[in-house]
Amino acid sequence: MLNWLGFERRVAVRFLREGRMQTLLIIVGVAAGVAVVAYISALITGLQRNTLEKTLGAQAHITVSARDDVVIPALAAAADTTALVHTQPRVQRPRSIANWQSLVPVLEALPAVAAVSPMVSGAGLAQRGEASRSVALMGVDLDRYDRIVHLRSKVVQGEARLGPGEGIIGRELADDLGVRVGDRISLVTGSSTDSLRVTALVDLGVRELNRRTVIVPLRAAQSLVGLPGGATGLDLALVDVWAAQGLAADLAQRFPYKVESWQEANSQLVSALNAQSVSTALIRGVVMVVVVLGIASVLVVSVVQKQREIGILRAIGATQGQMLRVFLIQGAIVGALGSTLGVLLAVALIKAFTTFVRGSDGLPLFAITLAPSLALTIAGVATVCGVLAAVAPARRAAALDPAQAIRL
Amino acid sequence: MTPLIELAGIHKSYNLGLANEAEVLHGVSLTIDRGEFVALIGPSGSGKSTLLNIVGLLERLTAGSYRIQGEESSGLDDAGLTLRRRAVLGFVFQFHHLLPAFSALENVTLPALMREGRVTAAQDERARAMLAAVGLENDMHKRPGELSGGMQQRVAIARALVLEPPLVLADEPTGNLDRASSDEVFVLMRRMHAQLHTSFLIVTHDPRLAARCDRVIELVDGRIESDQLATVVTE
Repeated sequence: MLNWLGFERRVAVRFLREGRMQTLLIIVGVAAGVAVVAYISALITGLQRNTLEKTLGAQAHITVSARDDVVIPALAAAADTTALVHTQPRVQRPRSIANWQSLVPVLEALPAVAAVSPMVSGAGLAQRGEASRSVALMGVDLDRYDRIVHLRSKVVQGEARLGPGEGIIGRELADDLGVRVGDRISLVTGSSTDSLRVTALVDLGVRELNRRTVIVPLRAAQSLVGLPGGATGLDLALVDVWAAQGLAADLAQRFPYKVESWQEANSQLVSALNAQSVSTALIRGVVMVVVVLGIASVLVVSVVQKQREIGILRAIGATQGQMLRVFLIQGAIVGALGSTLGVLLAVALIKAFTTFVRGSDGLPLFAITLAPSLALTIAGVATVCGVLAAVAPARRAAALDPAQAIRL
Repeated sequence: MTPLIELAGIHKSYNLGLANEAEVLHGVSLTIDRGEFVALIGPSGSGKSTLLNIVGLLERLTAGSYRIQGEESSGLDDAGLTLRRRAVLGFVFQFHHLLPAFSALENVTLPALMREGRVTAAQDERARAMLAAVGLENDMHKRPGELSGGMQQRVAIARALVLEPPLVLADEPTGNLDRASSDEVFVLMRRMHAQLHTSFLIVTHDPRLAARCDRVIELVDGRIESDQLATVVTE
């Protein structure tokens, strides 16, 4: 279909070329708008991804654990009575997820789930000599856990290994206890005592976590916490982190467990991210409106300037539909050229950002890139905006009375 | 034989229903046959241009009947008028009215382009031949701005004739030209008429030119005052 809209395209291009300065200015205007939208989108996407990576780097997307112990009244209140109950909440003892060994393959089979890792967690004291620190004890299978939080990439010293009697601890905890890789520390819990050899120090990105983390083999944790063969939680990593909430709700319905998504565990962060997304959307919207108004105003002027030409074209046989499309295509061309230029400009801005904005360590603060799909979407939206902007002027052009237009 | 165009009792009013309503044509009847070369003369304000616009389907008539090749056109909507205009009519205007952004050749191929979305090799060939016929074989890639008034008008004639419409309407085609160019353009129209048997309806207020047409219709105050063979009109 090489000749599809051949007439309209030819005339539209010529009209635009004829109004050289006008066309150039509006294309630059559209480009500036598109660049702002693309740059802000990329910046916010990068910022959010960075924040998420930092947050989710040290935690699972979904955690499955046993339901909390609750007090169930022995006697249900009669229908027409009001019971004023004073209940002492139950103690939440460490409990294993019932049947977790068979649950793991079921969860792993879900297409949205990337990895499942059982964990035994509990509280304890890490001791060495006279130093004693309260710690969060985590018993994991290293290979599985690595797929959840990429533990191996966080090792700052030593080599991640969790053989029997071995453990990995946070960097700050090592400082507090004065241990190096290869040293031994003792672990004390309410029910048991064990000792382990430190194989690696890790930096989880948050100082408080580094000060409290002790990672041991699953079996060691089971005996320390007093849950032989058990697991207090299952950590899930998902293919798409934003699917966590939906999947968590789904799992909570299907299984008798407590299922928590990372969004629930970090609700403040999520609302901050949402606020950010909303303001980005607002900025994008306003810029797009400005772009539309800019294109529309230029085309309105162009219709007035080109009245005579429109009249001639109508007299020699152009239909109203053809005149309409001539101006719609002009809008599309301005939108498309402007957005192409705008995307290039945005790439340059991003390059400038990553070159000049650096953290205290001299490394880029965070990676921002303009995803091709995002660039394409923005360019597509801008082109559609161009067409929309052209609707009113195009209708005016189509409605021109040819006899009157020629006389001018 | 059906006449090419047949106007009967044409009335045209502007500002219909408003306080300043004005009737410009008061019942004009007129028939033009295939191959005629007709001048339409009359003083300013007599309604010549309005009549030409009505014949050219650029304006709607208020009352009366207008048949083109036997088909009634007065009730057509804009799309219908446009299609009829494409099929039957070519236009030459006083101020050349070429598209300034297109070369002479492109201006001449425009009618074909707007009909089919492209210009076939045959149509391109035909446009070049037309430009050669009007003496512009060496200037066909120039823009209208680079051509003299007479040359522009010749391009306009080539454009009006390129698809060989049965009727060409010309509104003061020489009104804006000096005497030499004006003669040149007129001679060209007569030659095209002889070659292609296209009918011409030419609005002019130059009696010298009117005298060289086959038939002269004089319009005065919105009525046809006379309709006779040109030889009767004296300069």
